[in-house]
Amino acid sequence: MDYLYYLRKDKMPHIWCDGCGNGIILKSILRVIDKLGWQKDDIALVSGIGCSSRTPGYVDFNTLHTTHGRAIAFATGLKIANPKLHVIVVSGDGDATAIGGNHFIHAARRNIDITVLIYNNYIYGMTGGQVSPTTPTAKKATTAPYGNPDAPFDISQLAEAAGAVYVARSTTYHVRKMDKYIEQALTKTGFSVVEILTTCPTSYGRKNKEGTGANMLLLQKENSISIEKAANLSPEELHDKFVVGVFVDREQPEYAQLYRGVKDKAQQDK
Amino acid sequence: MKKNAQVIINEDWCKSCEICVQFCPRKVFEMGKFYPRIVNIEKCTACKLCELLCPDFAITVIKPGEENTTEKP
Amino acid sequence: MKESQATLKMMQGNIACAEGAIAAGCRFFAGYPITPSTDIAEALARRLPAIGGNFIQMEDEIGAMGATIGASLAGLKSMTATSGPGFSLKQENIGFACMAEVPCVIVDVQRGGPSTGLPTFASQGDLMQARWGTHGDHPIIAIYPASVSELYRMTIRAFNLAEKYRSPVILLTDEIVGHLTEKIAIPAADQIQIINRRKPTVAPEQYLPYEVTEDDIPPMANFGEGYRYHVTGLAHDETGFPTNDHAKIDQQLQRLNRKIQTHRDDIVEVEEHFTEDAQTLVIASGAVARSAKRAVVTAREAGNKAGLLKLKTIWPFPDKEIDAAARHAKKIIVAEMNLGQTAHEVEWVLGRNRDIRQVNKINGETITPKEILDAILR
Repeated sequence: MDYLYYLRKDKMPHIWCDGCGNGIILKSILRVIDKLGWQKDDIALVSGIGCSSRTPGYVDFNTLHTTHGRAIAFATGLKIANPKLHVIVVSGDGDATAIGGNHFIHAARRNIDITVLIYNNYIYGMTGGQVSPTTPTAKKATTAPYGNPDAPFDISQLAEAAGAVYVARSTTYHVRKMDKYIEQALTKTGFSVVEILTTCPTSYGRKNKEGTGANMLLLQKENSISIEKAANLSPEELHDKFVVGVFVDREQPEYAQLYRGVKDKAQQDK
Repeated sequence: MKKNAQVIINEDWCKSCEICVQFCPRKVFEMGKFYPRIVNIEKCTACKLCELLCPDFAITVIKPGEENTTEKP
Repeated sequence: MKESQATLKMMQGNIACAEGAIAAGCRFFAGYPITPSTDIAEALARRLPAIGGNFIQMEDEIGAMGATIGASLAGLKSMTATSGPGFSLKQENIGFACMAEVPCVIVDVQRGGPSTGLPTFASQGDLMQARWGTHGDHPIIAIYPASVSELYRMTIRAFNLAEKYRSPVILLTDEIVGHLTEKIAIPAADQIQIINRRKPTVAPEQYLPYEVTEDDIPPMANFGEGYRYHVTGLAHDETGFPTNDHAKIDQQLQRLNRKIQTHRDDIVEVEEHFTEDAQTLVIASGAVARSAKRAVVTAREAGNKAGLLKLKTIWPFPDKEIDAAARHAKKIIVAEMNLGQTAHEVEWVLGRNRDIRQVNKINGETITPKEILDAILR
């Protein structure tokens, strides 16, 4: 696997910190694209703002780095205008579910044929470590110096409830599963989401004494549990566990298909 | 004689996170002052876990007998 | 060979805007319901799918602006339409379109503000917002028709300007012009001039999406056509990639701002009535220009040397045109349904030593011809 074929080599090394899991996710994306044999010209990688969202600058595709939270809206326009494009959105926990929450749930409802990869590091890393909608209760962040009072979102459950036809979660440690889920998501017709739990040792890790990136990967390895096993555990037993697996893989009519029906009707009525 | 796997480290891109050192199941690496050092190449089974987990594209693993088909960065 | 005939129709302003967009080649509209612009969305919801185009009602105004930009990057001529509160919401993404130089049209059918204001009454309260609604130093094109016929033609013009200058264009109108029904002569398709974005002629490896060209307008490739490039709102260099190099940042931002200003003669449009010897110059735009014209004609019939300069472009501001039209004027009257947003600029252009008077209204009532006539005769 020659990653260099897909990278904008003159932009490397990338800006992510030592021990940040984002590079692991990027490699997974490239492996899957290589396996699928997609042409670089046919791929549009769209991002919002944050550490996750620096991804497009490093890859040799059609790349679009938009405003905070709005990647999915821009991606919707791209996909409708050129349905032949493989449109992939990379976003973060804050970008996708705080400021971007509305676009996230509506794109899921609409079932538009894009894939959203959410790098969930439980924090706003780029801006220095503020609390995000997925920061677990009681964990520390710069804007939650006494511990986060809020309950977090479960992004995968949110995506499923909003209507996404494929939702899976992996950690950056589980690279083989991550590859498989990303492949399933990219080849699925409809709105597909892969939530990848990633490591931010610089902000989240440091504030919550989780150590280096290597140590945080180890925590992922030791505390992950499958959806099936998690179903038999109590909320207390699930505390601090990472539940990974495929949450939903279902069939629903996809947006372009439905809009073709609209076009047919409109053209008949003429 | 058994051929060894090749493990190529790109020190220009390595950020010294030590993930490869800590996760290698065969303890092929030892951490140097800034970069990992290969100390047990004969133990390497080319499982590629280091390559998979390296966030910085800084390790390439070539199976014994295979060609290095990657471009030079 | 006989020129193709125009078709006469009675049409509402907002519908004329939708039809003008289609005639211009618009095949993507993303919108959100907001009075008094919704008729545009509803018309395009019916018309676009019938001609193979795409309409989408997005979940909010911000998403609508994002989708509009995305569709344009993929090569479709794209439009969105809104009014005051939605215009406020769209500003961040309008700034993105400015910075990333993505052609698109944003219709703002102005209503009373501020805030929720007066959904069903006109105002001209968004003129300054059209210029400075989004943060940072950026240029903008904003044009403003005063009749149904003009709204049709200027919607086409908005698309042409967007494509020619690789810029978002704000098509201002107001609740009056948008909801009027008037006779309109719709030109035959072969009588309509269409301008398309300039495409790159170099090979992909040599393409610079933000090249400092002679006319400051870089050629634009569409996503998926073989030119893989990076589009970002971050300060970037000619390659499109983010940079912290101060010299490169300056080069790009200066070019961006120059791009519109140096072509202002091509962009600025005004309409003059009796200005050659006008001693009282009335300046107005949009719905108010209609009342102003009646007032000026009535004044002339009574022997008063009044003239009207109708501004059809608001930004770049028609400074040269105002200066020329006001050369003999002892008195300048700026009539507008706001508290002096145009008058402020007129004062800047003509200087504080001129007798500049304002006729303002912000309560939802229209400015009548009589109110302007009284100001002329005072």
